[in-house]
Amino acid sequence: MTNTQKLIRAVTEADSPARIVAAVQELAAAKDEAAIETLIAVFGYNNPTAAVTAVAGLTQLGDIAVPQLLAQIDDYNYGARAYSIRTLAAIADPRALDILLTSAATDFAPSVRRAAAKGLGSLRFQKLDIPERQAAQAKALETLLFICQDADWSIRYAAIVGLQALAKIPELQQPIQETFAEILATDAENAIRARVQLAQKQMLGIGLVVSC
Amino acid sequence: MMEPSAETYSAENASPLTKEQAIANLKSPDLSLRYYAAWWLGKFRVRDLEVVDALIVALEDEADTTEMGGYPLRRNAARALGKLGDIRAVPHLIRCLECSDFYVREAAAQSLAMLGDIAAAPALMQLLSGGIAAAVQEPGRPHLTQPYEAVLEALGAIGATEAISLIEPFLEHPVARVQCAAVRAMYQLTQDSFYGERLIKELDTNNLQMRRVVLGDLGAIGYLPAADAIANAKVENSFKLIALKGLLEHQLQQELDVSSISEDAIRLMNLMDSLL
Repeated sequence: MTNTQKLIRAVTEADSPARIVAAVQELAAAKDEAAIETLIAVFGYNNPTAAVTAVAGLTQLGDIAVPQLLAQIDDYNYGARAYSIRTLAAIADPRALDILLTSAATDFAPSVRRAAAKGLGSLRFQKLDIPERQAAQAKALETLLFICQDADWSIRYAAIVGLQALAKIPELQQPIQETFAEILATDAENAIRARVQLAQKQMLGIGLVVSC
Repeated sequence: MMEPSAETYSAENASPLTKEQAIANLKSPDLSLRYYAAWWLGKFRVRDLEVVDALIVALEDEADTTEMGGYPLRRNAARALGKLGDIRAVPHLIRCLECSDFYVREAAAQSLAMLGDIAAAPALMQLLSGGIAAAVQEPGRPHLTQPYEAVLEALGAIGATEAISLIEPFLEHPVARVQCAAVRAMYQLTQDSFYGERLIKELDTNNLQMRRVVLGDLGAIGYLPAADAIANAKVENSFKLIALKGLLEHQLQQELDVSSISEDAIRLMNLMDSLL
């Protein structure tokens, strides 16, 4: 039995919340591809500390974990699904585009939608060929602009965070600026308007650095 | 598993009604339609003179009663009136504080807190009379004799400083939620950080439901030094986001210069971003 197999067994056989956390920490620290399936399964254990550790471990493994993350999304447990989407958003591999688009627009759980909205802004689009890249960026923009009008303030907040990240792409800056101006003029929530102001301020900061 | 309350379904999922239909339904012979209409008008915050008048009438409803002597329609009407923000409802809600139905009194106190009218202070203080000695379990019912939690929160929210000496003994009430409501009100009425720190300590409790309540309290009082404790609390992110939004809004209100945002506000938003 390899060391990783032993660590996997320790996770599946742990019989208390604290032992699960300790076992997941060790498994994540092994940084072994063979641990991916088990780390994803931890999302369904209803143990937030263990889940956060698994997110960090999978994020460190990076692109190699993406196919299994996509294949193992739990359609019946929104808590587990939110951790999967958070991990995909953190890894930022553009193969996650479709699941992030669907989750941001149509998932019933706000926690899943917020994680997806944030992730849509920061995918590594440069990994795609140019025609594919432009189509992917346009879809991310379209979905984020759409959910900027959601009734739930926290979804709008996440959409603004996603749009701010997406505004690093020069061709998308103009529609994003226009939407921000509109939200600033019309949104009833002070917290939302403040987040737009912060985005505008930071975008301006980036612009200044570029022009220097 | 139940969806926690902060993870509410989006508003579009509810059954479609129009304002006119909802007002008409408040007088429908079908009592369940009345009940639903009152909820709907509050949920969708249909701010309209006619709606407020119709809901005020519904506060006197005698038709819709439960076996235990409760008034379901009055409860929903009282809840809705808090959300509509029309202070014409205040005297009517104050009268509801004397209703025989505990849940009507509770809904009225919660709505008076939202409407923020200091005129409600004497009637709310009346419900605290007898102090914690009277604040015991109602025999055979799943609640105390009065909706103490809602009353304490309302007195804090409307700024009833004259109630401080009445509220203070409730800091020692045996029910943790009542204690927290008293701490929250004391902070709002005195701005003494002692009370804010006491709420932060409560976040260490082993009871998840209670940690969620405390997050709500910290968000409601906008206690800025609690920001990191909120972000690190062992509670679902949805609840943390709502609490940090409360801190942020409180912070934005304190800031005179609306054209720029302060370092504190930015720090709060960075924490919120990390919880998405």
